[in-house]
Amino acid sequence: MPIFPLSIHDLRFAPNGREVLAGVDLELGEEGITLVLGPNGAGKSVLLRTICGLLEPSAGRMAWGGAGGARPQQGVMMVFQRPMMLRMSVLDNVVLGLKPLGVAGAERRRRGVEMLERVGLADRAGDSARQLSGGEQQRLALARAWLTKPRLLLLDEPTASLDPSASAAVERIIREIRTDGTRILMVTHNLGQATRLGDDIVFMAGGRVCEHTPVRAFFARPRSEEARLFIQGELPWRMRFQGA
Amino acid sequence: MSAFAATFSDALSLLAHFDHTVLEIVTLSLQVSGAAVLLGTLIGLPLGACIAVGRFPGKTTLSVLINGMMGLPSVVVGVVVYLILSRSGPFGALGMLYSPAAMVVAQTLLVVPLMAAITRQVVEDVWARYAEELQVMRFSWWDSVTTLLHDCRHSLVVAVLAGLGRAMSEVGAVMIVGGNIDGATRVMTTAIALETSKGDLALAIALGMVLIVIILALNALAYVLRQWAMRRFG
Repeated sequence: MPIFPLSIHDLRFAPNGREVLAGVDLELGEEGITLVLGPNGAGKSVLLRTICGLLEPSAGRMAWGGAGGARPQQGVMMVFQRPMMLRMSVLDNVVLGLKPLGVAGAERRRRGVEMLERVGLADRAGDSARQLSGGEQQRLALARAWLTKPRLLLLDEPTASLDPSASAAVERIIREIRTDGTRILMVTHNLGQATRLGDDIVFMAGGRVCEHTPVRAFFARPRSEEARLFIQGELPWRMRFQGA
Repeated sequence: MSAFAATFSDALSLLAHFDHTVLEIVTLSLQVSGAAVLLGTLIGLPLGACIAVGRFPGKTTLSVLINGMMGLPSVVVGVVVYLILSRSGPFGALGMLYSPAAMVVAQTLLVVPLMAAITRQVVEDVWARYAEELQVMRFSWWDSVTTLLHDCRHSLVVAVLAGLGRAMSEVGAVMIVGGNIDGATRVMTTAIALETSKGDLALAIALGMVLIVIILALNALAYVLRQWAMRRFG
């Protein structure tokens, strides 16, 4: 089932009447890494959850593969800020995503071992996943998603609370996943990371997409006032001040 | 020697000499309660996990009902099973009344709600944290249940132990459906009740000691296993 282009029109999410997504419009093509930036409460994580089907939008529509296609059953994965680590070995955790795909046990393990080598965790295959460091757990979560060969990978702040070296290792894996042909939509608060990883930036504020531009253009000449203030580190203060 | 000390001395003597009657009663108790807990584990744990993971109308009502049934009076269960298994009951033709099998049925009915309720609580807490990722990976409802049961296995030892404790210490239901027949359906709790009423306190105390040692030993084993599992799997 085709996934791209993914066209999102006037997407709204308003639990209990409080509008978290207030009419999001977004077009995603077949390739690249799109970074979603914006202040806390802008609706970035909710947008990702809505795209992957964890949340049902209040209004609006998503057209998958053009021409109003429905959400595909496979090919969309998401990695969370605090990934799930089951009380099992690293290898058992990494092959978890293959279970619903009906991959046989022996084949699962073969692919899992290969994947752990790619993300530098082969020597920890037999260890408990819960004993890994935060950075290693995030690499394991990325490997688990990557192993299912997703066409679209949604990443919700995968390097939040990681130290610089662990973040660099995660970024390296994200680039490899992209090179492998996976489209990536990633939420981050790290502007440096956005310049290193992103092809384009989706800037959100107040539940809306304020602008969607290439990375260089975004940082050189932000089109929206909100984006300009955000880059200068002033947006949250202004919003709070105005809200008060 | 006081009567109290003499009774204890006789009880220890019975245990030291591996008294045939004591061994027979302890063996049957372990078989009946073990079978009931095994059945309770096979029914109660998946039932609790299904309630935790499932989204269906009446889920809250069912959860409250299961919680309420944790304190089900054992004599009530005994009477119900008695009626079902008696000659005029729906399963009377099976001829199970006053047999160890009837006692297993009664104890299973007692432990299933307890084990299901504990399992529901344990799994529900973990499900709240894992639900999104399992849904993203397109885990089916049943795959989620089995995955969570496996992940919670060390915590669910508590549910199994609680079930075993309830089964082994229960007296009312097995008395009614088993009949406390010497050499056939006499278990530790019914024997203790009978021997105490007869005044044979030595046998009652000997059986009581065995009962307490078994429960303590199982709890100690579970504690050690849980500590090991926490170190091994986090």
